[in-house]
Amino acid sequence: MDNLSSLSGAQKDELMDQVKQQIAVANAQELLTKMTEKCFKKCISKPGTSLDSSEQKCVAMCMDRYMDSWNLISKAYSMRIQKERGRM
Amino acid sequence: MTDFGDSLSSAGLEGKGDKELQEFLMVEKQKAQFNAQIHEFNDFCWEKCVDKPSNKLDSKTETCLTNCVDRFIDVSLLITNRFAQLLQKSGGM
Repeated sequence: MDNLSSLSGAQKDELMDQVKQQIAVANAQELLTKMTEKCFKKCISKPGTSLDSSEQKCVAMCMDRYMDSWNLISKAYSMRIQKERGRM
Repeated sequence: MTDFGDSLSSAGLEGKGDKELQEFLMVEKQKAQFNAQIHEFNDFCWEKCVDKPSNKLDSKTETCLTNCVDRFIDVSLLITNRFAQLLQKSGGM
């Protein structure tokens, strides 16, 4: 690890790509976990012997709405950050 | 995501001055924190605002989600300020 400061340019690029990729994977995993939890809660009120088609439809819709909501909140949050920055 | 700083120093990067890597990690860390915050907002604002999932988010739900973020930050700021005042009044604990 003590050779980190003498990485070549290409090694550095590779390291950065890896970091970015790992963050993206972690982010996707978090979204997946949250979505599963939230949509299970919304769509499966009484677990039966199988996922019936209305439950499946609900889960599919719920996923799409959860991502809509994520994007909306992301927008609202960045707008607020910008507003607060302008105030300082 | 919280210990990039620690791993920076333990990797001996700090001080040895690889500016480019340090800056890169700082930016990525900030992005990761931003994302984590959105996951958290989405978690509880979803509970508060979204009923049964339908074909699209209706405008009422959209307004609720946006307000949810803004009001949460308001509350966070309010509590931080008031807490600081309380601390000051009690002579810094």
